[in-house]
Amino acid sequence: MGILAKHKILETNATLLLIFSFLVVTIGGLVQIVPLFYLENTIEKVEGVRPYTPLELAGRDIYIREGCYVCHSQMIRPMRDEFERYGHYSLAAESMYDHPFQWGSKRTGPDLARVGERYSDEWHVDHLTDPQSVVPESIMPKYGFLSNRVIDGRYIRDTMATHRIVGVPYSDEMMEAAVADFRVQADPLGDSDGLLERYGKAAVRNFDGQPQLTEMDALIAYLQVLGTMVDFSTFTPDDSR
Amino acid sequence: MSVKPTKQKPGEPPTTGHSWDGIEEYDNPMPRWWLWTFYVTIIWAIGYSILYPAWPLVNDATKGLLGQSTRADVAAEIQAYADANAEIRTRLVETELTEIAANPDLVQYATNAGAAVFRTNCVQCHGSGAAGVQGQGYPNLLDDDWIWGGDIESIHTTVTHGIRNTTDDNARYSEMPRFGADGLLDDTQLSQVVEYVLQISGQEHDAALATEGATVFLDNCAACHGDDGTGSRDVGAPNLTDAIWLYGGSRETITESVTYARFGVMPNWNNRLSEADIRSVAIYVHGLGGGE
Repeated sequence: MGILAKHKILETNATLLLIFSFLVVTIGGLVQIVPLFYLENTIEKVEGVRPYTPLELAGRDIYIREGCYVCHSQMIRPMRDEFERYGHYSLAAESMYDHPFQWGSKRTGPDLARVGERYSDEWHVDHLTDPQSVVPESIMPKYGFLSNRVIDGRYIRDTMATHRIVGVPYSDEMMEAAVADFRVQADPLGDSDGLLERYGKAAVRNFDGQPQLTEMDALIAYLQVLGTMVDFSTFTPDDSR
Repeated sequence: MSVKPTKQKPGEPPTTGHSWDGIEEYDNPMPRWWLWTFYVTIIWAIGYSILYPAWPLVNDATKGLLGQSTRADVAAEIQAYADANAEIRTRLVETELTEIAANPDLVQYATNAGAAVFRTNCVQCHGSGAAGVQGQGYPNLLDDDWIWGGDIESIHTTVTHGIRNTTDDNARYSEMPRFGADGLLDDTQLSQVVEYVLQISGQEHDAALATEGATVFLDNCAACHGDDGTGSRDVGAPNLTDAIWLYGGSRETITESVTYARFGVMPNWNNRLSEADIRSVAIYVHGLGGGE
């Protein structure tokens, strides 16, 4: 009981107790905090992942606002059944520009990590407007009102600036052209060369089939890009990850 | 206020050595089972962090003596199933599509595998019973009315490349003009041709208008839908003379179709499914009843 008996010295001396308490908390804190500084090395480098375009980013905000994440996860786990149903398991890099990420673990509906280009835009409009019309077994609520909410992207630059603060590499040029890019992505007749030059691969379509730019356009633009950035025909997984 | 404890009485455990407001505390040892469980968890943690990936380092993390990796595990599991089915799947891919029907074991395997693929990937649009969604543009796969062809090779092509998508350059493609919205037909011609379509599909119609509509049809629609309106599978132009409608056959929906045209899209599956899976689902759909 040698060392335990000496404990009494600490317990009866307030200054010593303070110093040793601080030491213990410091060690505990370092063990938890220091690995976070090396978080970058847990994200393997993959090609193709780009920041969301302004319209997709707006769609992501609608996705979060409507609470889609309450029923849908965006994380395909490395298991055979998930691989067979949803596709290749999710990579850390695929959500590195997501703030906050939408991984989730609650699957009332299916995982959406690779829903992009899996269905037609028209299907998404039908399904969001009345899910039971295409999937009678579904219990998803209706989101048809999104088609009536016209948006113009007036705040999208602020949203992008906020994302830039937390590390999304939006360039000054992207910020300058934010509103123009926002509008042109849902306009197949517009001049989208600048958008494609700045963001690389991006779908330019009238997503909701209506002449106006609505929240439905933004949400479908976002859904159609999910999981499509990495080309898995050329990707070789590193087993040590 | 701490005061000197009372003396230990015989037969009683020792006290902790201090007394607060006259209350003293026995210094009983922890239950032995609890202590041992605690020691075992410590030993377990040490063993685990040696055997499995655990400690983060500057560029990497420790790998663990067992070299366990979730990615390698799932790859091995997938490979094991691929190996188990390798023989029949290779035969499925190597056999000519039209000759698969002559191999009962291939048909049996493909139908079962195809049913699973269908339930996972196709039911969202074509319905769990493959009957599509009537009047909304999601085709029924159970009948023998095919837009792009119902033989096994046509179905295989459709599943592989899809229809009118932007992700596959070989997708089946055709685009009906927006006759009304783009001013190709005026309102009179539009209502005439709609009556004509109602006539050739055997529905109630205005005979006078329909007669006029026949000319409009020959001038504008026959190039794709055929002189007799039975359609053409080469360009995905539906047969207008039967009672099967993709978007509905009422006067209102036909008018809408002629005015704004339709542009149904199906994704290509060659980037999501293996060739064996695509062949399986094609055989499954072919075998549903409408296959030619």
